[in-house]
Amino acid sequence: MFLYNLTLQQSTAINQAAIGNFAGTKQQEILVARNNVLELLRPDPSTGKVHTLLSHQVFGIIRSIVPFRLTGASKDYIVVGSDSGKIVILEYNPEKNVFDRVHEETFGKSGCRRIVPGQYLAADPKGRAVMIGAVEKQKLVYILNRDSATKLTISSPLEAHKSHTLVHDIVGADVGFENPVFACIEVDYSDADQDPTGEAFQNAEKVLTYYELDLGLNHVVRKWSDTIDTRANKLIAVPGGTDGPSGVLVCSEDYITWKHQDHPAVRIPIPRRPDPLQPSPTGNGDDVDTGRGIIIVSSVMHKLKKGFFILVQSEDGDVFKITMEYTAGADGTIGGVQNMRIKYFDTIPVAVSMCLLKTGFLFVAGEFGNHYLYQIENLGDDDEDQMEYQSAELPQGEEAEDVLVYFNPRGLRNLAPVDELESVAPLIDAKILNLAEDDSPQIYALCGRGSRSTFRMLRHGLEVSEMAVSELPGNPNAVWTVKADKKQEYDNFIIVSFVDATLVLSIGETVEEVTDTGFLNSTPTLAVAQLGDDALVQVYPRGIRHIRSDRRVSEWKTPGNKTIVRAACNQRQVVIALSGGELVYFELDPSGQLNEYQDRKEFAAPITALSIGPIPEGRQRSSFLAVGCEDNTVRVVSLDPDTCLQSLGMQAVSYTPVSLTIAQMMDTGTSVGTLYLMIGLQSGLLVRTTLDSITGTLSDTRLRLLGSRPVKLFNITIQGAPAVLALSSRPWLSFTYQSRSKLIPLSCTMLEYGSSFCSEQCPEGIVAIESNNLHILTVEKLSNVFNHSVIPLKYTPRRFVLHPQSNHFAIIESEHNTWCPSDKARKLEEKAKQMDDGDGLLLEELPPDQFGLPRAESGKWASCIRIINPRDSETTQLIELDDNEAAFSISTCVFNGQSGETFLIVGTASNVTMSPRTCTGGSLHTYKFIENGTQVELLHKTPIDGIPYAVCAFQGRLLVGMGKTLRIYDAGKKKLLRKCENKQFPNNILTLHTQGDRIVVGDVQESVHYASYRHFDNRIVIFADDTIPRWITTTTMLDYDTVVGGDKFGNIFVNRLAAETSEEVDDDPTGNKLVYEKGYLQGAPHKVEHAAEFFIGETLTSITKTVMVPGGREIVVYTTLLGTIGCLIPFQSKEDVDFFQTLEMHLRGKAPPLCGRDHLSYRSYYVPVRNVIDGDMCEQFNSLPNEVKRSIAEELDREVHEISKKLEDVRNRVAF
Amino acid sequence: MSSAAMNVNAQLEHLQSKHVGTGHADTNKFEWAVNQHRDTYASLIGHNTMLAYSAVAENESLGRKKFEMMEKMLQPCGLPVPKDD
Repeated sequence: MFLYNLTLQQSTAINQAAIGNFAGTKQQEILVARNNVLELLRPDPSTGKVHTLLSHQVFGIIRSIVPFRLTGASKDYIVVGSDSGKIVILEYNPEKNVFDRVHEETFGKSGCRRIVPGQYLAADPKGRAVMIGAVEKQKLVYILNRDSATKLTISSPLEAHKSHTLVHDIVGADVGFENPVFACIEVDYSDADQDPTGEAFQNAEKVLTYYELDLGLNHVVRKWSDTIDTRANKLIAVPGGTDGPSGVLVCSEDYITWKHQDHPAVRIPIPRRPDPLQPSPTGNGDDVDTGRGIIIVSSVMHKLKKGFFILVQSEDGDVFKITMEYTAGADGTIGGVQNMRIKYFDTIPVAVSMCLLKTGFLFVAGEFGNHYLYQIENLGDDDEDQMEYQSAELPQGEEAEDVLVYFNPRGLRNLAPVDELESVAPLIDAKILNLAEDDSPQIYALCGRGSRSTFRMLRHGLEVSEMAVSELPGNPNAVWTVKADKKQEYDNFIIVSFVDATLVLSIGETVEEVTDTGFLNSTPTLAVAQLGDDALVQVYPRGIRHIRSDRRVSEWKTPGNKTIVRAACNQRQVVIALSGGELVYFELDPSGQLNEYQDRKEFAAPITALSIGPIPEGRQRSSFLAVGCEDNTVRVVSLDPDTCLQSLGMQAVSYTPVSLTIAQMMDTGTSVGTLYLMIGLQSGLLVRTTLDSITGTLSDTRLRLLGSRPVKLFNITIQGAPAVLALSSRPWLSFTYQSRSKLIPLSCTMLEYGSSFCSEQCPEGIVAIESNNLHILTVEKLSNVFNHSVIPLKYTPRRFVLHPQSNHFAIIESEHNTWCPSDKARKLEEKAKQMDDGDGLLLEELPPDQFGLPRAESGKWASCIRIINPRDSETTQLIELDDNEAAFSISTCVFNGQSGETFLIVGTASNVTMSPRTCTGGSLHTYKFIENGTQVELLHKTPIDGIPYAVCAFQGRLLVGMGKTLRIYDAGKKKLLRKCENKQFPNNILTLHTQGDRIVVGDVQESVHYASYRHFDNRIVIFADDTIPRWITTTTMLDYDTVVGGDKFGNIFVNRLAAETSEEVDDDPTGNKLVYEKGYLQGAPHKVEHAAEFFIGETLTSITKTVMVPGGREIVVYTTLLGTIGCLIPFQSKEDVDFFQTLEMHLRGKAPPLCGRDHLSYRSYYVPVRNVIDGDMCEQFNSLPNEVKRSIAEELDREVHEISKKLEDVRNRVAF
Repeated sequence: MSSAAMNVNAQLEHLQSKHVGTGHADTNKFEWAVNQHRDTYASLIGHNTMLAYSAVAENESLGRKKFEMMEKMLQPCGLPVPKDD
């Protein structure tokens, strides 16, 4: 077995974001790291939409990114700290739209290790040096400079190691142009490790250390060190030099302290959110259960023309604004901080990074869930409702007492959301089903954490936003838009053709009918175009109408009783096909007259489709005409004056061509692009062939099935580049994205005819018709290949199951650290009692979708069971569990002797603690589906003694995995009845699958176990296990002997039981062999074979064997926690395996991963890669420079286009 | 002690000073466990997916999880056992 790994959607989580002028222009870009993908985003300041410029898979784990700019330069470089053991400096090349690697310096082993730097990265604000640090001990400083050719240079590393020291954070302090200083939070553990009394541990100090890079002496010294709060976790650099007081803000639990060498510390408390469920604070702040402290998790500093401010965000999502007052001497020297103020700003989703743009946008890379772009509408200075706390009014100094301060939570006031980047991370579970009965199945996914959790339905297709719909009188059959004048920016008219009439609409503030345009209204129209500078042309069955700007009309009538059947035009050329297969060609002469070419061309078969190419820039005409005939041929005809109407090439197709278009696609990475002839066939196939722009010969034909209806093609513009709209039973869009051509369906209804649309409100739209409606659509997010429909959930979802009879989903949601309803009611009551005697703080809960649920304590759970109708996106029932009970597993089950009725089984446990894993008791709830599956009714609860992490139907009974025990239950009147048990599983059963008598059990730590149920003596016997300990998160049976699974560390594997073992186990008439067989290697008697191993890099959360495209083969589709959706495609021939293996090998050599990680060792992170070829690596072939492509193709003995066709084929045949 | 043994010892010492956690003949169970735990926490912090995994399970923010793990690295296995010598 050989598999081909392909990513369908890259990770949607962001783990780091940084802002800078990476392209070297005035505009700021946002660089985000998505675990193993570097992506450059550009927010459009006029529309507020975030566009993706480039995303690049680096085959390594990106742990830190930091931008820096050399003094006096206008372009930012990117430093990347990854798991490669190398520091890598990248530069964005806007011409080619690639990241160029400028430097790559090795300093240690690869992998995310304790003492290998890469975790922390800090740059000097003046861009003179960077420090890269590890979690423990090692820190390296690299000096950055320019050489005489203004190229960036990097020095050899300078060590700033300190052994036995843990590092919590590193930042580059702003010291102006003095020697660069890096500030670190350090903890020395050497004493704590040696002292058995625990005194040293209690007294362990956290220190803030300044490391100074002496540029003159070229070495690093520990300049200053001072103890800080032992609960400090984060540093924020404060502007220095002439901009501010320098130093750092040390964020610790509940406090933010400004510290700097030779200055007294200034401390302010972090305001707290009044918790409606905790006893309210009394007047003087003491005698209060304070719960745990708040920490700051992200921050952003912004310099204004005068001064600066810092936004910090707490772990609950509350954003605070910090400002400082400092002394400034007459000579510009700046002293220490006099006063520091903190004020509540707004509450937004918790971010991993916040980026503030100069244009007033705040980009929030959410740690879970969607990412947002906010417009800053107000700086919050005039917000009188919020207290501003000042350090000058609060106790300071070493021994200062604790203070508690509160803010007033409210809805968004200062920020306004403008754009949202959909993110499915954390993706907890997914199922791939075709409930909507579309062409391809949908992905149903459980996403999110806490109150921002969602149930999502992902459909393959670009998201389309509908700008307008208007009804038309009757069913039109075609639509066009035209400008009245070549120089106009926007379209002026929409022309709609009906069976016997034509309607002209003018585009302005509103769209309304006009009659004085010169268009003939009483006839259907075949084609409309803007001609020459300011004329229009209308082709209708009996002639051609050429309308000048002064409303002069010249007409050309068809001879005799012939009619025009097809027409094609561009700005200077008109071609018509007369009934009978005659082709007439017209061209605009310099005086603006439309002249017929002296000859006509006869075709043997009737003409079914026509298309003229676009006029190349600076030319008079397009030299190609494509003609499709009923005899299943498409011919390219020359329009050059010398060879006019001579045939240049022919393409035979399998069905009648119904539509043709010649389009210039910008998929080469240069401004030239490639000319393609696209052919839409009667059968729903799309044929794309490359048209040589000089000779007109056709080559490199590629086929794609778009749907069940004839394919109609239309040229449009998407993001400034030409694109083709292809309409079949589903609309598709062929476009170029990051200089790669893509063909993706649009998520909208079936359309019949389309045209591009450009108006002031909608600069890049599509106007299309569907029965008797006119739609105006836009496509914006070209990077999202899935369209989301979202149902919000209450708590973190855990598992879900489909009720197949009603197509409803049952979802279980459980939230740790949250009050269950009865606890909440009790708390509120207590609070209400307390309220009687005094102060009026708010009692009602804050809206959870903005503020989250109030935090309880460890070991408290809230949980619910929800029934969802995915078709109408509605919740039909919500059952809240109470008394600290949480649901962990769910399944449907059809019990024997219950007349085939489907029951819902939910496994729950009460008072669960995470570490150690304990509970006071579990329970199996049995529900009955009622009212067509929209509701469930509780039948009974069965008490059990562990946490049931897995339940599964098995031969009319129920398998339950709880801890080390696997049990079989049968239905009973009052509860489920225990029938059989096996307690020999190693740790904790997480997944269960069955086929026949075979049961495959996934253990949390010890990989998969194959067990067999023996009817005659009612026993479960484990007969095979794995030799590798795998921390299973999900598994699926591929066939009776094969299991594919994923683990917590991001490996995907295929385990297979050898055929003879499988037979031997099943073919055991006495049944004793299985029981008495001796164990092998301290485990089961048989071991599974490892058929495939591959490292994905993200925790796998679901694996499904499915068919993704109509007519495709079965593939394995997986999802990961960080939102990656990928697939493993089995190869069918040995030749393909050889080909891709060689291609992969060449790519590893010629295009090594960007961040310096060795590709082979990355994919073999935990277990050596086996029988899997990395399709993501192979597909990078398409983005290589042409010379490299050619040299690889030469070594493979192929043409470049053959390789890219093969890459496209292997993807398109089974996936998208 | 022969010079070869001296050399080996010196090499070992060099390794021990360069690579934290390299064991020696007298490494006890506690020290070994502490090293394992510190390595594990460092790895969990380093892999974004693992940090997210525990954060989702425990309903905490990533920042809090990272902070907690860093704090635990100081003394991951409780108080050290007294040395015999």
